[in-house]
Amino acid sequence: MTQTVDQIFVLGKHWLLEYVPIAAKPIVSAVLSVIPIMVAFPLLFAITTWLERKGLGRMQNRLGPNRTGPMGLCQPIADGIKSLTKEDIVPLTADHVVHFLAPLLLVAAAFLAYAVLPVGRNMVLVNLDAGVLFFFAVGSVVELAVFMAGWSSRSKYSLLGAMRAIAQMISYEVPLVLATVAVIMQSGSLSTVEIVERQAGYTGLLPHWYVFTPWGILGFILFMIAATAESNRSPFDLPEGESEIIAGYYIEYSGFKFALFFLGEYLGMFATSGIAITLFLGGWSAPLSVLTFIPSWIWFFAKLLVLICIFIWIRGTLPRLRMDQLMSFAWEFILPMALINMFVAGVWHFMASGFVRWIACATLVIVPCVVLSALLKRKKKLQLRTYSFAE
Amino acid sequence: MTVSFLIIAIMVAGGTAAAMVLRNPIHCILALTVSFAGIAALYLKLGGQFVGFTQIMVYVGAVAILAVFAIMMTQSRRIPVAGIFSRNASVGLFTASAVFAVLGWAILSQPGNGPAMQNTSVSVQQIGGSLMHEYVLPLEIVGLLLTAALIGAVVIAMDRKEDAE
Amino acid sequence: MNGLQACLLLSALLFAIGLAGALTRRNAILVLIGIELMLNAANINFIAFWHYGAATPRITGVMFAVFSIAVAAAEAAVGLAIILAAYRRSRTTDLDAMNSLKG
Repeated sequence: MTQTVDQIFVLGKHWLLEYVPIAAKPIVSAVLSVIPIMVAFPLLFAITTWLERKGLGRMQNRLGPNRTGPMGLCQPIADGIKSLTKEDIVPLTADHVVHFLAPLLLVAAAFLAYAVLPVGRNMVLVNLDAGVLFFFAVGSVVELAVFMAGWSSRSKYSLLGAMRAIAQMISYEVPLVLATVAVIMQSGSLSTVEIVERQAGYTGLLPHWYVFTPWGILGFILFMIAATAESNRSPFDLPEGESEIIAGYYIEYSGFKFALFFLGEYLGMFATSGIAITLFLGGWSAPLSVLTFIPSWIWFFAKLLVLICIFIWIRGTLPRLRMDQLMSFAWEFILPMALINMFVAGVWHFMASGFVRWIACATLVIVPCVVLSALLKRKKKLQLRTYSFAE
Repeated sequence: MTVSFLIIAIMVAGGTAAAMVLRNPIHCILALTVSFAGIAALYLKLGGQFVGFTQIMVYVGAVAILAVFAIMMTQSRRIPVAGIFSRNASVGLFTASAVFAVLGWAILSQPGNGPAMQNTSVSVQQIGGSLMHEYVLPLEIVGLLLTAALIGAVVIAMDRKEDAE
Repeated sequence: MNGLQACLLLSALLFAIGLAGALTRRNAILVLIGIELMLNAANINFIAFWHYGAATPRITGVMFAVFSIAVAAAEAAVGLAIILAAYRRSRTTDLDAMNSLKG
């Protein structure tokens, strides 16, 4: 019974495919696999916008939206109608083709990233041999879309916001990939399905998730920090900080294109959370071996919701980082810690399993953390700020 | 020649031609990105998954962004008054067409049916294993090269106030 | 014209266009982009011959292409740094204007 509920989507798809002529089977199979992704994640986006506004409101000691529907639950629908019916203003001097293509490229790249996420047992769109590499390749297309948006608007604010956003995304992409390399070293494969299957075992009650190892905890924390920076979310949202640069690179967009940017950003957030779940939190496997009767896709979405709530929580709590603080944090703390994390993962792999391994790796993680954060905090003397340009 | 290959070929050739002909440098880079994506699609079609995704990640995600940053920083978004092609453009065009003619003749003068299409695909484990066993020397040399290039690029592009004239 | 010839012809076309761009454009950055295109054309050749080549499981083509991509990225970085330094000196990226070593 639990097996059936677990595989209900796969069985439903096979049942539907029996009514399709042989010639059209591959195309219909692909379409039937893609439609749930294109339905589920925008639905999750709608729920997240409501959750975020309510959550942030509560953290800021106010009610969130509470007028549209009971507890403001129809707010996403209202937002959707608003953005669809707003006038689509394009500046006269803007580059029309690039201005039009930028949000499309962003949303297309964000959707492409879901192709390698194993949402449940046997429920991945494409089991690519180099799945994790595909994910990061698609993530780097997002930077190009951000630049296109910022540059095509021909406005100083949007160009500045785009430059900052790209610098931030490039800086944090390196620790993101390095934190992943530790997982790849341990699991021996770039395929997301295989990474999840290696974490799906249990010793007694506890699972084999990578987050329950010293390098896994550090890697997970580094990955989440880098993922927050990659999606331009607070506290790394200087490129789109509303109080500073008005809206950064999508300042000249209105109406539905603005909603597409919003959608693309949140989809990127979900995708990186999904990959974090796949790499560190065991994908679709249950946290305790007694709970495996609950279907695997419910576990995936539960973990995704927990991570989204953590994102919202951090947004409501921490202040925004300044650009130079952000960059120095990336290059002087996160990157060395990611390299040390790789080293610790190697040490973990080659030591015999037991208590000594835990102590050694925990020390190797904590000591550099303390040293690097002390180095980062050393007092910088006040001096006249110098600017450097290309001239 | 299948339909998919034709589509990829049009994407690549069209993107490249646009990249070399357009007036605005940023438009050139964006057309170039289309061309790079087409080349990555070609690699995927020929069975090189790893190379295809590396192509997207390195070229679209890094080289194109680098070029765009360089155009922004050198303010070359203004078009020079003398046009976009240099004075000796015709010589260059003639050379390129001659090269293409010779290459095309060499390719098309092969007899009859070429080798049959192999069902090649290489797993990432094989690539990783061979990188660590057979190709470990090129790997280390490329690492050294990338380090040297990184340091060199930073040193060359650094703004040195004491050299200001 | 079989599949291999089609791939090789495409790469020859890419090479020729890249060469034309590198030889004719004024802007230094676009010349560098032309060079990158030529490297890409060579990569297509490698992968095409690997795919249509002998049936033994050799991955030399893929390895060469991967290393070539790495080296091309490094060269693009250094080339753009040089262009930035040259811009800082002569305030232009117009290659026809940087002729102070001429004559």
